[in-house]
Amino acid sequence: MSKELNKKEELILFLSDTDEREGLLGKKNRKLLSDPLTDNNPITVQVLGICSALAITVQLKPAIVMSLAVMAVMAFSNMIISLLRNSIPSRIRIIVQLVVVAALVILVDQVLRAYAYDVSKELSVFVGLIITNCIVMGRLEAFALGNGVYKSFLDGIGNAAGYAFILILVAFFRELLGAGKLFGYQVIPDSFYEFGYSNNGLMLLSPMALITVGIIIWVQRSRNRALIEEN
Amino acid sequence: MDRNSNAYTFLFAIALVAVVASALAFAATSLQPAQAKNVKEEKMQNILGTVGIETSRDSAQVLFNKYIVDQVALSNDGTPKADVNAFEVDLKKELKKPVEEQAFPLYVANVEGSKYYIVPLRGKGLWDAIWGYIALKDDVNTIKGAVFDHKGETPGLGAEITQGWFRKRFEEEKIFDGDGNFIGVSVAKGYQGGDNKDDNAVDAISGATITGDGVTDMISERLKNYLPYFEKNTNIKVAMK
Repeated sequence: MSKELNKKEELILFLSDTDEREGLLGKKNRKLLSDPLTDNNPITVQVLGICSALAITVQLKPAIVMSLAVMAVMAFSNMIISLLRNSIPSRIRIIVQLVVVAALVILVDQVLRAYAYDVSKELSVFVGLIITNCIVMGRLEAFALGNGVYKSFLDGIGNAAGYAFILILVAFFRELLGAGKLFGYQVIPDSFYEFGYSNNGLMLLSPMALITVGIIIWVQRSRNRALIEEN
Repeated sequence: MDRNSNAYTFLFAIALVAVVASALAFAATSLQPAQAKNVKEEKMQNILGTVGIETSRDSAQVLFNKYIVDQVALSNDGTPKADVNAFEVDLKKELKKPVEEQAFPLYVANVEGSKYYIVPLRGKGLWDAIWGYIALKDDVNTIKGAVFDHKGETPGLGAEITQGWFRKRFEEEKIFDGDGNFIGVSVAKGYQGGDNKDDNAVDAISGATITGDGVTDMISERLKNYLPYFEKNTNIKVAMK
């Protein structure tokens, strides 16, 4: 590569951090989106963000809203940290990340309260808990600090999608088996209950969320043996 | 400038905090009117909900002015406080004040000729505050309806107190027992009473015992504050015998 770069090329390099000129959704970029959904899932493989996976998977609706909020926070915090990556002093980088994430979360909360009041009531305390979601800080530290803005954006979206996928899957089973409902609507017909079927109240409590996540991990590892660690 | 020098680190931290703080302050102040409007309209919506008028947030203001005929703030001994705007009273702050300074808002509704007294509630759930409104019929004994809300109860368990099927259990319940003693309504675990409306109890939500106890406590504690006023100004004597 020639040393004489013009301004425009320099900007592209800064934003993408790659020598290869690849399309917006080239093979590598697509992998950033798809990997966290399967073999590098933040919850089932990296085992991050478990706490919120237990807390808000009792019903489908809050789980979906939470996933969208996490996605917004992750995409923007990854982009901001990536933009600042060459100027953040390394000794205080964790605090800088925390400040950026916390500011974004407060912003999301305030905007929801003003323009989507019902959604904000639905999420109540859990919006604040996004700050403590290990996936957000984990991706900032592991990816955004060393990669271009666009790639970091994709990485944020991808990991949030991987988180959302598991959250929604767990919420589906917990609401269906625990309350016989989906999105708050009764789906198990009354005739089942007349034959002696009853809702499993244990599904509504946190331990069953952990067990559900465990079963998902079990299924995933038996399908892809490469994920199993050697002792 | 060296990125790892102390001076740079300090400067960076100060600049970052200043930028973030002003951005958040700007967002909070500019969104504040919209947020306050939501809260106010939701309060009106909740008050109307207790007397059976379900409305959207947008039309809450109009219907509130139509059906709520009187609002008073009462002191602990039941005398109205003329200088206090009842709608602006924040129960959370009031309950922390000394007893003689407390003000309790009372809303009087007139729906198609029937008079209702609406009392705001506030108490403790399992995780955080719970609150609501309860409407009493003209006899100051029978409950017309109730609305509950919460800050952080468990979704699927305690948070279900906001649901219609739970609120419906309070309708037609009595707050005095047969002998005229003030009891309130208790949210009872293992309730066997079915549809009995004279036993001062409703069925609890399984898995939400502590939230249910909170509802029981806030109904009896808050209503107690209004008994002196009701004794002087209403035909509560019938219920008290």
